[in-house]
Amino acid sequence: MLLTRKAEFSASHVCADPALSPAENQAIYGPNANPNGHGHNYVLEVTVEGDPDPVTGMVFDLRELKIILNEEVVEPMDHRFLNREVEPFDRVIPTTENLALEIWKRLEQRIDRTNIRLKNVRVYETQDLYVDYGGPACS
Amino acid sequence: MQLTRRYRFSASHRLDSPALTAKQNRQLYGKCNYPYGHGHDYVLSVTVEGGIRPDGQLVDRRALDAIVTKQVLDRVDHRNLNVDVPELTQLVATTENLALVVREALLADWNLPVRLAKVRISETDRNIFELLEDSADRGRTQ
Repeated sequence: MLLTRKAEFSASHVCADPALSPAENQAIYGPNANPNGHGHNYVLEVTVEGDPDPVTGMVFDLRELKIILNEEVVEPMDHRFLNREVEPFDRVIPTTENLALEIWKRLEQRIDRTNIRLKNVRVYETQDLYVDYGGPACS
Repeated sequence: MQLTRRYRFSASHRLDSPALTAKQNRQLYGKCNYPYGHGHDYVLSVTVEGGIRPDGQLVDRRALDAIVTKQVLDRVDHRNLNVDVPELTQLVATTENLALVVREALLADWNLPVRLAKVRISETDRNIFELLEDSADRGRTQ
């Protein structure tokens, strides 16, 4: 069974490769490369897979999941400038793809346990753009 | 990894099958068969699948937008699907058939380094049609 929990955070970022010229960055990232940054209301949907526990009837304790999402994602990223304040985005370009990858890394070790696994991380940069990442096995 | 981009277009259509009588069409399609057609604000989601490139992206958003705009939006937005979209003049302009037409139009000009994984069209908030690339060849209707 799949269980999905949603969280929101608002953050700013710049998508630009420091090894490239401003013109080259504009060509790749468009306005996302504007040097002083801009922001989004990110929406995160985290999906966990497992069977309901025979005693509790739950796949995963939603209070615990909320705490994990808060500690790993919302507290460190909400109202932050990702490139300057959130590891590893001082050296990794904070595209939505890389953000999904980083959130997966942060959550996987805290969610995976016997018969329960992190199934999917979906990050909405806007309502019209989102990325799904299902772990290294799904590339 | 998958990336999904959402687009909007507004179009009119009328559901009427030449294989059925006027009465049968009216019974089957109800209001959708009213003679002068009607319209929707469609929402199209295009999902692509691949690996992250060195620039941190699966795909250049503007390249994806350019294909969707040229192959789909420019041809359906503010149009009458039954009359203005040649691929649909011979089909019933259901959103199922529209999804198949959209998929074929995208693949006809696909020059992106990612796989088209899914086409999803909502006709209204309540009616949603998804075409997974794996099952795209099934269920073609006339």
